[in-house]
Parts: sequence; structure tokens; C-alpha cells
Amino acid sequence: MFRNQYDTDVTTWSPAGRLFQVEYAMEAVKQGSACVGLRSATHAVLAAANKSANELSSHQRKVFRVADHAGVALAGLTADGRVLSRFLRSECINHAFVYDAPLPVSRLALRLADKAQVCTQRSWKRPYGVGLLVAGLDESGAHLYYNCPSGNYFEYQAFAIGSRSQAAKTYLERRFEKFNDYTPDQLIRDALSAIKETLQGEKLTSSNCTISIVGRKDDGTVEPFSVIDAKRIQEIIDSMEAADEVPPADAPAESSSMQEGDDTGAAGADPAAPADAPAPMDI
Amino acid sequence: MDACGTQAAAAAAGGEGTQRTLYPYVTGNSVIAMKYKDGVIMACDTGASYGSTLRYKSVERIKAVGKHSLIGGSGEFSDFQEILRYLDELTLSDHMWDDGNSLGPKEIHAYLTRVMYNRRNKFDPLWNSLVLGGVKKGPKGDEKYLGMVNMIGTHFEDNHLATGFGNHMAIPILRAEWREDMTFEEAIKLIEKCLLVLLYRDRSSINKFQIAKITTEGSTIYPPYALKTNWGFSAFENPSKGAVGTW
Amino acid sequence: MARFDPYENNGGTCVAVAGADYCVVAADTRLSVGYSILSRAHSKIAHLADKCVLASSGFQGDIKALQKNLTAKELVYEHNHNKKMSCPAMAQLLSNTLYYKRFFPYYAFNVLGGLDSEGKGCVFTYDAVGSYERTGYSAQGTGATLMMPVLDNQLKSPSPLLLPARDAVTPLSESEAVDLVKDVFASATERDIYTGDSVEIVVINSSGTHRECIELRKD
Repeated sequence: MFRNQYDTDVTTWSPAGRLFQVEYAMEAVKQGSACVGLRSATHAVLAAANKSANELSSHQRKVFRVADHAGVALAGLTADGRVLSRFLRSECINHAFVYDAPLPVSRLALRLADKAQVCTQRSWKRPYGVGLLVAGLDESGAHLYYNCPSGNYFEYQAFAIGSRSQAAKTYLERRFEKFNDYTPDQLIRDALSAIKETLQGEKLTSSNCTISIVGRKDDGTVEPFSVIDAKRIQEIIDSMEAADEVPPADAPAESSSMQEGDDTGAAGADPAAPADAPAPMDI
Repeated sequence: MDACGTQAAAAAAGGEGTQRTLYPYVTGNSVIAMKYKDGVIMACDTGASYGSTLRYKSVERIKAVGKHSLIGGSGEFSDFQEILRYLDELTLSDHMWDDGNSLGPKEIHAYLTRVMYNRRNKFDPLWNSLVLGGVKKGPKGDEKYLGMVNMIGTHFEDNHLATGFGNHMAIPILRAEWREDMTFEEAIKLIEKCLLVLLYRDRSSINKFQIAKITTEGSTIYPPYALKTNWGFSAFENPSKGAVGTW
Repeated sequence: MARFDPYENNGGTCVAVAGADYCVVAADTRLSVGYSILSRAHSKIAHLADKCVLASSGFQGDIKALQKNLTAKELVYEHNHNKKMSCPAMAQLLSNTLYYKRFFPYYAFNVLGGLDSEGKGCVFTYDAVGSYERTGYSAQGTGATLMMPVLDNQLKSPSPLLLPARDAVTPLSESEAVDLVKDVFASATERDIYTGDSVEIVVINSSGTHRECIELRKD
């Protein structure tokens, strides 16, 4: 049987210029239940689909408050995510201690990326198997970043990660141009709709999603990062469903056709993959 | 914080050849600063003394820090220059992020406070009183800031501040005459009044002053100039005349 | 010759009075050193949690370091436990934090006030190295020697020797307690040069915290 010679060690390159261990870590992100993030000029919303491991258990926490001005949603190895969110929290506390001001979101995302990068260059380490959506507020407004196990990080208007996130991405791609002027309420509604896309027909309720928001109010004060309570979420979901029933709805129905595995094709990490295919790290 | 001592600083509790500041060598005098309508204005003379000798006559003790702040320093001049190096490093790396965020006067002041307090905790103080002023656009409009910190880490904000002798001579004047809505011209007039009093009453001050301002437009440090003095007051001509127990 | 002294006393007085369902925490806003007043409007009060307020006098550098330290530890607690720290928990943390620096102490005299887990007012009073006691009222700082006897006289707490232990909270109503605090500050300001300018009063009750500032003599 064929065995990949280049994937036993994070620090070993394949002749095609790929780091398979890192790519495997990024596969772990796709296994986790989906997370969605989107932002306007002043607010950022993070949403997560809650999946429990079996009927008898509760789901794992996917959204973490990092500080008053920032939070993360994660997909992949939740345990790794917890370690990273603890790191982010302590970075924010330390910055606030020295400068009496919140740590800018871009710098928060970069510190996280630097921490992830170290694990891709040490033979005795393992890359973090978690993708994080970092949302927050600083003096240049609201921001949304995606941090991935490779140490790459990107800023987004809206993004989705985790299993079946492609459906959510498709939904967001059709609408993102208007997001900058959205009200917080509109952001929440679109976050819910995007999460719904990832549920594959399962009914969206307040118990299978988590929504959080951070932003700056009109009077200039910070609306601290917080998870919105289930009751309010259910109200919003109900009102959305009521509105859906009236018009024929231009809403998408193609969710099942747009699933993972259709983009980067690294799942099998086949060393015989065409050399010109982009390495998943680039995405 | 008086200047004293021409002896060499001895290493005391530090052991093995380390040296810490036991007392200052070359010291600058008062810095005075206040908020006004458009920002913050700061002033000091350009002298630095070696004990009671006026050793340097043309040193700059007010500097710009980043885009939004001014710092004024009194006390040990070498320590002040070391602090300027720290701030240079800080603002440079802040600038290099190039992400639309920058340290404002409040953040710089908080940082300086940590530096000063940590050094006092090591019994290795930076022998200065520092004044930090600035303006920065915030979410609620332009925010003026004026704060100070001393060699052991005592720090606070106020509308007008003065270090050293200025705390005794200039603050009473500022408390009586300062207003939030002063124009630049009015502010200069008030600052010059304070500087003149200090020139007359502080033996180590000199008649070469520097004034600086900072607004949302940026900082301006004006070239040094002298104030018109009048030593012809009758009390100055024969100060001991009429005093009991003198000849 | 001047030698380096890592401490200075910036003066000030802090008071806290606990009632059945409220707590009043107050401190003047004067910051002085020697015979100079550095600032007339410097707050000595830190809001550490939603039902927990700390007032401290002594060396301002140490006070701020201590208060920042506690704020940071409270945040870590919040992250770990998903709730704000209770006032009695903060009281123990403050004691530990002070004792940690037993041989290079924080020169800070603290009174911690707030509501306990039952919603009852509580006051904790400290020395600089961390020994502390839960009481019904307390004063700390330069004006404490002037205020404490007045508070003893007016609030008449039950003797701590009584068995079983009596409730230490004061019988006054909230507004009576606030008036008493205003009076003791006005009185201490008459004789203590380090107390004055204005007094910041924070009232903590079931509806949250409420802050007011009252002018004092400026001389």
C-alpha cells in the first residue's frame, strides 16, 4: 500500500512544497461544526452551530469572550481553542495593564497567528487543530479575522469555517457588499441565516446556535462582547420564519449541493495531487 | 527633588559591581503645562544644572512622542534621554504595525507610569518628573490629555500641571487664572507669567525658554526665546534694607 | 543629602459603612505630598466588580498598582468562572495580594465595601500587609483617627465579644448613612490637612452602584 513519506513530521517539506501535517491540522478545522462571522463598520457578530457529540451530551462551547472589545468563535479541536482563547485573554489583560487601553484587534490576531506559526516550524510540536474567527472593535472600527492552524490569518467582511461552511460562505458572498451599513439586528439575522445554511435541513432553534455581538454604539461607547441570550435569539428566529412565509423568498435552496471537499481537495493528502493545485494553506 | 552631590555614586545593595542611581547629577528644572481650547501647551527653560552649577544652557527638555503627544521632563537629564529612547522604540514599533491604531497620550502616560514604577520597585529609579500632554481623536470627539508621573510612580491627570519648583510657584497662578476655553494667545500669556515668576524666584532657572503646543493638527516645538525681565523693582535693589538683624 | 525613598504618603481618607441592604464607600479626592497639593480631583476608589468597591489611601503609585492587579485578577476569575467575583472573595484576594508583598509592602490602606452573596452590606478593613477583618463600618487613611471615634459613637456596633456573634451592619437607613459620611468628611477636613477638596461617595445596593461627589473645604 502506498504511504505518504512526507507527512510524519511537521517540519518536513513534500517535493511539491507542502507541509502535510499542517494541512491535516486544517482538515481538523473542517470537521468541527460551523462558525460564521460578519461585520458592519461598527459591529461584528459571531455565530456558531452547536452540535452535541451524542444524544446524551450537551454541546461544547464554541464562542469565547476574550475581553470587552473582542471575542472568538472556533471550529476544530475545541480543546486547542480553549488554550488559544486563554492565551488571547491574557494578552488582552496584559496590554490593558500596561497601556490602560484595549489591545487592537489586528494585533490580537497577529499574536495568535505568530503562536500558531511556531508550531509549524518545530519538530517536537503539533499545529493547533483549530480555526478561529476573531471579532472585535478598535479605533478603526469593527474587524473580523480568520486565523488558521498554518499561522496564516486574513481579514474578512464575512466568513464561515467548519463543516458545511461552504453553504454559509455562498450565502454571505451573495450579500456581503451591503454588510458595512448593516444595523446590529441585520447582522444577527444574516448570521442566523448563514448558520441555518450549514445545518443541512435541520431546524434552526436557539438551542442549536450561539450568537454573540460586539460593537460601538452611536454615542461612542463600547457595547461589550456578549453572547445574546437564547430567548432573544428565538424571538429573532421566529420573526424571520414568519417573514419567510409571506413572500416566495429568494432565499437559497442549494445548500446541499455546495458542500465541503469541492474546493481544495486536500482531504486525502494525496501526494500525487496535481502540483499546480493550490495548497490549502493559501486559502 | 533637589540636585546635590559631586561624589561618585557607589554601588550599595546591588552587590557585584552594579550601580544604581543614588542621587541625580545633571538636573533640569520645572516643566509647566496646561490644557487650552485646541489642545495642550507646555513650557520649560533650556538649562540643566550640575549640582548648583549651571552646566548646560541649551538643552531641549520638551519632545514630541508619536503623533499625538508631547513629553516634558525635569530631573536627571541622562535618565530623561534614556526615557526618550524607550519612547522612540515604543512609538516606532507602534507605527510599524500600520493598522490604523496608534498610541495616544493616555496610553503613553500609562506606559511611562509602569516604567517609572517598575524601576522604583527595583530600587533603580529613573530620577525624573515627567509631564505628558496631548490630544487625540476619540469616538467621542477630540480628547485632550494632560498627566504627570514622578520617579517613584505617583501619577495623576489634571487640567494644569507643574513639576519641581513650578509646583510651588506656578500652580497657584494657574489655579487662579486658568480656564478651559483659553485661546492660544491667552495660554501663552499665562504660561509666560508663570515662567517669569520662576525665573525671578528659582535660582537655577535661566532666561531661555521653550514653548510647545500640541493640537489635533500635530505638535509644534517653538525655538527658544528670552523673556523681557525687569530687575529694577525697589525690593530687588537693596533687598536687606530695613530687614531686622542685618546691616 | 537626599537619598532615594521608594515611598511617599499622598494622604487621603477612605470610609465605608454597611447597612442591611446597602453599602456606602467614600474617599476624598485630594492628592498631596508634604505641604503641596498635587491634585484636587484624584479618585481613590476602584470598582473591582459589580458589587465590590475598593477605596485606598497611602502611596498613590502602590495604590494604582494594587488596584490594577486586583482588576486583572478579577478578569481572570470572570473568565474562569463565568461570573463576577463576590465581595468576600475579593476581600480574601486583597489580603493575599497585600501579604504577598509582606517584606516590600504596598503602602496602601484599604477599605473594601460591597454586598455579600446574600445581598447584605459588608465592609472589610485592612492594614498595609494584609491582615483584615469584616466589620460594619470603617475608616482608613490620614483622617481615620478623626473619623473613627465619631463613627463608633454614631453607629454603636455590637461588641465583637458578644456570643453568639451579632450582625455588624449598622441600623441606619441608606440616606442616613450617606449623610453621616458627608458629615464625618466635612469634619475631618477641618483638622486634617491631607483630607479635603471633595468627597466621592459610592452607594452599592440591589439596584446597582450610584456615585456622587460633594465639595469639601479646599484649604
